Amino acid sequence: MTTVDLGLPSIGGTAGVPTTDEKQTAKSYTSDQEVRWCPGCGDYAVLAAVRSFLPELRLKRENTVFVSGIGCSSRFPYYLNTYGVHSIHGRAPAIATGLATSRPDLSVWVVTGDGDALSIGGNHLIHTLRRNVNLKILLFNNRIYGLTKGQYSPTSEQGKVTKSTPAGSLDHPFNPVSLALGAEATFVARAMDSDRKQLTEVLRAAAEHRGSALVEIYQNCPIFNDGAFDVLKDPGERERRIVPLRDGEPIRFGPDGEFGVVQDGFELRVRKVSEVGEDAVVVHDASRTDPGYAFALSRLGGQDLEHTPTGIFRSVSRPTYDDLAREQVRLAQESKPGDLAALLRGNDTWQVLG
Amino acid sequence: MTVTGHGGDGPAGNGAAALPDGVQGLPARSKEAHKLDRVVIRFAGDSGDGMQLTGDRFTSEAAAFGNDLATLPNFPAEIRAPAGTLPGVSSFQLHFADYDILTPGDRPDVLVAMNPAALKANIRDLPQGGILILNTDEFTKRNLTKVGYSSNPLEDGSLGGFQVHEVAMASLTRGALEETGLSKKDAERAKNMFALGLLSWMYNRPTEGTERFLREKFRRRPEIAEANILAFRTGWNYGETTEAFGVTYEVAPAKLPPGTYRQITGNLALAYGIVAAGQRSGLDVFLGTYPITPASDVLHELSKHKNFGVTTFQAEDEIAGIGAALGASYGGALGVTTTSGPGIALKSETIGLAVMTELPLLICDIQRGGPSTGLPTKTEQADLLQAMYGRNGEAPVPVLAPSSPADCFDVALEATRIALTYRTPVLLLSDGYIANGSEPWLLPDLTALPDLRVPFASEPNAPDGSGEFWPYLRDPETLARPWAVPGTPGLEHRIGGLEKSDGRGDISYDPDNHDRMVRLRQAKIDGITVPDIEVDDPSGVADVLVLGWGSTYGPIGAACRRVRATGTPIAQAHLRHLNPMPSNLGDVLGRYRRVIVPEMNLGQLATLLRARYLVDVVSHTKVAGLPFKAEELQLVFDQVLQGAHA
Ligand code: SF4
Repeated sequence: MTTVDLGLPSIGGTAGVPTTDEKQTAKSYTSDQEVRWCPGCGDYAVLAAVRSFLPELRLKRENTVFVSGIGCSSRFPYYLNTYGVHSIHGRAPAIATGLATSRPDLSVWVVTGDGDALSIGGNHLIHTLRRNVNLKILLFNNRIYGLTKGQYSPTSEQGKVTKSTPAGSLDHPFNPVSLALGAEATFVARAMDSDRKQLTEVLRAAAEHRGSALVEIYQNCPIFNDGAFDVLKDPGERERRIVPLRDGEPIRFGPDGEFGVVQDGFELRVRKVSEVGEDAVVVHDASRTDPGYAFALSRLGGQDLEHTPTGIFRSVSRPTYDDLAREQVRLAQESKPGDLAALLRGNDTWQVLG
Repeated sequence: MTVTGHGGDGPAGNGAAALPDGVQGLPARSKEAHKLDRVVIRFAGDSGDGMQLTGDRFTSEAAAFGNDLATLPNFPAEIRAPAGTLPGVSSFQLHFADYDILTPGDRPDVLVAMNPAALKANIRDLPQGGILILNTDEFTKRNLTKVGYSSNPLEDGSLGGFQVHEVAMASLTRGALEETGLSKKDAERAKNMFALGLLSWMYNRPTEGTERFLREKFRRRPEIAEANILAFRTGWNYGETTEAFGVTYEVAPAKLPPGTYRQITGNLALAYGIVAAGQRSGLDVFLGTYPITPASDVLHELSKHKNFGVTTFQAEDEIAGIGAALGASYGGALGVTTTSGPGIALKSETIGLAVMTELPLLICDIQRGGPSTGLPTKTEQADLLQAMYGRNGEAPVPVLAPSSPADCFDVALEATRIALTYRTPVLLLSDGYIANGSEPWLLPDLTALPDLRVPFASEPNAPDGSGEFWPYLRDPETLARPWAVPGTPGLEHRIGGLEKSDGRGDISYDPDNHDRMVRLRQAKIDGITVPDIEVDDPSGVADVLVLGWGSTYGPIGAACRRVRATGTPIAQAHLRHLNPMPSNLGDVLGRYRRVIVPEMNLGQLATLLRARYLVDVVSHTKVAGLPFKAEELQLVFDQVLQGAHA
């Protein structure tokens, strides 16, 4: 995969975070707190995947921080034996920005949901992404408000009947991947709570990425929106709906790779490979500088989940806000160390004699 | 001959001082000079006329000369209101004296009006007999009509009570700059420097500083610098050579405590205080903020001082500003956020989170006129109750207020001490008056600044010897919880907005625990050590006390001096710590027959005092967007003293 070097040394997402040779397991990352999600909640699977993935990074446990907002998924930090902040609704990216900017030795993760990240915290999300702060943002999308007991969310399909929309919701939903790409996020991926392998692959790539990494995780809420993603799990449906993205490979899916993604004007479309020929199938390249391609990919599927690409949509290199901010401070300190007496004195003083 | 200017503060002690050594000589001059002990000058013109710059420069000259001084900039919220209109008038008032003064002066002795709008907006403040200097070029029929003058005040006799000087400043400037090759329009823009030159001549001000300043300011455009200097000299020479001005005035340097001084505004002092707090605590400073009038200058200033380990983050909104600051505090930095009233409203939820997570955070509210957008460029003290109570739940926060521009430096350090020692958000309430106003500042002895270092937690602390870390186990003396920053092995813990169990810090919905935690958080704030309040009563026998807070210190002090000058004792005390209040305050209040509380709100401190001390204070309030005048306060004090309010 090629990356675009915009002046900073190409360093990994966890560069600067102290590592350890100590043996770590999922258990070392498990806190003593009892997990309190509803039975069957998709959050359990994600938690399990994260707990068993974190040891791979070989980071000192105390240098990992999870920051969350409000919502079911935002309880996540309590269940990990790392540092954690369970903050306020929608503000986790802002809090994490201050933390990550002032502490290059930390691996900072944000756990959020569709309501937390896209409704009340929408502003912080897009600004964090455009700044490219070195944060890993796990957006649990269950297309419903769980904690407040079942109102529609900004990703609920239009017309959804919920407690607050007995006649059907009127809002057109956000596609979180499209939104992130619109904000020019440098890393955007999608995974399913039920696919541990792919989820782990995506988490790994997100952790390696230096900059903001947004990972949308389709998560089932069996209590208020059960089966929201069943069509993507159903053996009969799954294959013709999920479009797996693998860098450097033609985007084909369906039984025996029956379908392929082809370019059609400014858009990407799904066609039968037998009709368009193999050469017409787009070869996935997540490193394209222009977000337009990844955006077109994100538009393949609508709110009906007809075609749903999963995997890494975009992964490009751009200097991160926090690296640049620290660099400015470092250069200033190097070129002119702070002299408090001189600062306070300024240029215009006068003496009063006793 | 020493003439006292109109309606001043009046010196507290002895008057004029001798010229100290080292004050630079003045240009040779030919006209008679009268000695004054104090003067108030107001420059008024269009927003585009450069009145703030003119006032600033005159202030620097007065400071360099060794006068005591106080300033009051007053400008519209619009960046460029329509030219020549009343809403577009911008003014700068400056009070300088040969003794220590407390306010920018109630009324100008000299009004410089650059156009009819400036005259109309300001003339009612000029006392009879005051000096009025008018730029006649702008007194055209069109401009007069624009502001509703039906006849020309230069001709209709309405200015008969003043000493009027008509000066064609624009055309004189244009004429002098003819050879510079500047366009007519550019040349005319230097007329404010003409005005500055003329006033500098009138008051025997040094000139080198202004010339140096102009060369520096326009160093990339030397032709503009020279044109401005030429206009400045033309103004000076106009006074010196024409018959129009017969006399000049001298205000001798003030006898202030010995030391090195500089001039400083409140926002600058606040920014320096934050830098100093970082240095004295050994912590990097992280400012997370969003631009808002009148607080933005603190951001601008701090963004220049990265070499002190200061990071400034201009966030997407007020909420992200404080959120990032809190995140940085969690990571072990000194988190700071700056804003004005509407921003505090937006930050309230995060302040609550800081209360709950018990992390240090400095929150600076440069108050302005409210509610809502209110009067962005005017001053007010109406955020006190918001600072005290403006959060959901029982969320006590220490509140402090500086009393003058220079005091912002000290209060920033004191607020930081409280934030770091007690791990709590602290609210600092400055306001537009002291933020933009300036005064001389005796530079502090750096070695005498407080040591603000606090330790981070480094060891597990569980009292049961389990080797666990309990994030909510409190210091028995301060009740502060340990500040355990990420990266510390063995102290991994989770905090957040949910109620935590006392000690262990696990999520807890237990009713008794919640009751205990609410009381503990309150007790921690109530137990903050705060210096006793001091009462100023030179007579020692006063039975009326004036109690103020924040920026009203100057006007209250000046009014008290006036009362005392009539032979009537009156006591003054001023609150720097509004939460918790000094422990001797109740005793102090009880010692006086009457306590007067002047505030630029509808009586917010008075409400707190009545509730807490059951003392029926006399509340005197004004919310006009402008500071109190010494004159009006004196009237109120006199009434109370005479028993009118008793
Ligand atoms: S309400 Fe839904 S999302 Fe929330 S914990 Fe229960 S199952 Fe999970």
